[in-house]
Amino acid sequence: MKGLINWSRVKSPWLLHFDCGSCNGCDIEVLACLTPLYDVERFGIINVGNPKHADILLVTGTVNHRNKVVLKNIYDQMPEPKVVVAIGACGTSGGVFRDAYNVVGGADKVIPVDAYVSGCAPKPEAIIDGVVIALGKLAEKGKKVDQGIFERLEQTQKEIKDR
Amino acid sequence: MNTNILIVVMAAIVLSPIIGGLVAGIDRKVTARLQGRYGPPLLQPFYDVLKLFGKEKMIVNYWQIFCAYMYLAADVLTVVLLAMQSDLLLIFFVLAVGGVFLVVGALAAQSPYSQIGAQRELIQMLTYEPLLILVFVGIYLETGSFKISDIINNYHQPLLYSLPLLFVVMGYALIIKLKKSPFDIATSHHAHQEIVKGVLTEYSGPYLAIIEISHWYETVFLLGLCALFWHTSLIGMTILLVVTYFGEILVDNITARLTWRWMLPHTWTGGLIMSFANYVWIYEKIRK
Repeated sequence: MKGLINWSRVKSPWLLHFDCGSCNGCDIEVLACLTPLYDVERFGIINVGNPKHADILLVTGTVNHRNKVVLKNIYDQMPEPKVVVAIGACGTSGGVFRDAYNVVGGADKVIPVDAYVSGCAPKPEAIIDGVVIALGKLAEKGKKVDQGIFERLEQTQKEIKDR
Repeated sequence: MNTNILIVVMAAIVLSPIIGGLVAGIDRKVTARLQGRYGPPLLQPFYDVLKLFGKEKMIVNYWQIFCAYMYLAADVLTVVLLAMQSDLLLIFFVLAVGGVFLVVGALAAQSPYSQIGAQRELIQMLTYEPLLILVFVGIYLETGSFKISDIINNYHQPLLYSLPLLFVVMGYALIIKLKKSPFDIATSHHAHQEIVKGVLTEYSGPYLAIIEISHWYETVFLLGLCALFWHTSLIGMTILLVVTYFGEILVDNITARLTWRWMLPHTWTGGLIMSFANYVWIYEKIRK
């Protein structure tokens, strides 16, 4: 039964797309994956709008001091197992904005990232490839969750304990 | 006799989620084809539910768990009552109780998205429940009984011949109940978003899976209700169900979502006028 569930995890990844302040180039490419040409729904991928239903978090754009709280909050709201894919030059490292005074950097400065998709903007094919890499990690994490091991942010772990 | 009933009940409980899941899979495949896409595998709904069972249990409060299970129990009961050929009015009230528990579970969470979704679900219930009652009354006027077993045993011609307008009225109720566009204002399938996820926003992981399974039971129940309109032959029943469900998918794909201000008056005026036209027809027939 556990094997079946873990197999289903890979067969039915629900995506949540969070724009951290991107120029919308990457966002358009992410949405292009859902169009009839690429049609990611054939892999069971659905673009959900609710972090509580999502398995994969796609982050585009540079993280700044304003939205790092939001990003962390969204990550915390997703039930385990979950994986994060950072998309585009900005999402992975901060891109050309990395030295700006208001920029924290890539998504990995705030939350653990499992797959990086480079490009400005990356092609839809590259984004699908990144998601496929993340799916491998999702299966591994799924096994851990079955054993009762949850990967959480340190602060979240502390908050749960204090409660 | 008793073992017979037991077998029917067990078959209804075990087979309904399988049929409901397959119908959902076909639904997604046909929807994708209508949109020029290839679409997910046929068994995709089963993968989704299995995955949800494997997710972490995240709840806002314990009422949600209770309400999710009650929703499932009510929907299973409607299917069982239908399989036992029970009273239409009893089935109707059990169905309403299930719907109310879904709303209560959403209202138990503080989230504004789930609150608005719950209010909209209530308005949807307000819209379709009178219509369903009108359909059941029409069936009573024509056959002289609310009991499904009496209808099947004593009425020997398809109900569709004498209640065509009421069947259209039930089509309205079906669109709302199956969460199809244009009336999917509380929540929606196929990843269409409506204020995050409307009434389902705060249900997650295994509890969302339970609600999904309840929805499969509900689909089977609604299709069973449609089948009642052509109970005399199996072929006629199958054709009627396929045509009806394809019609629902088609309407889902060619219409945009409407607001409740549009849904409530139009569904009620259309539904009431058609129902009463059909009543007058039955009355004239009886008088002759």
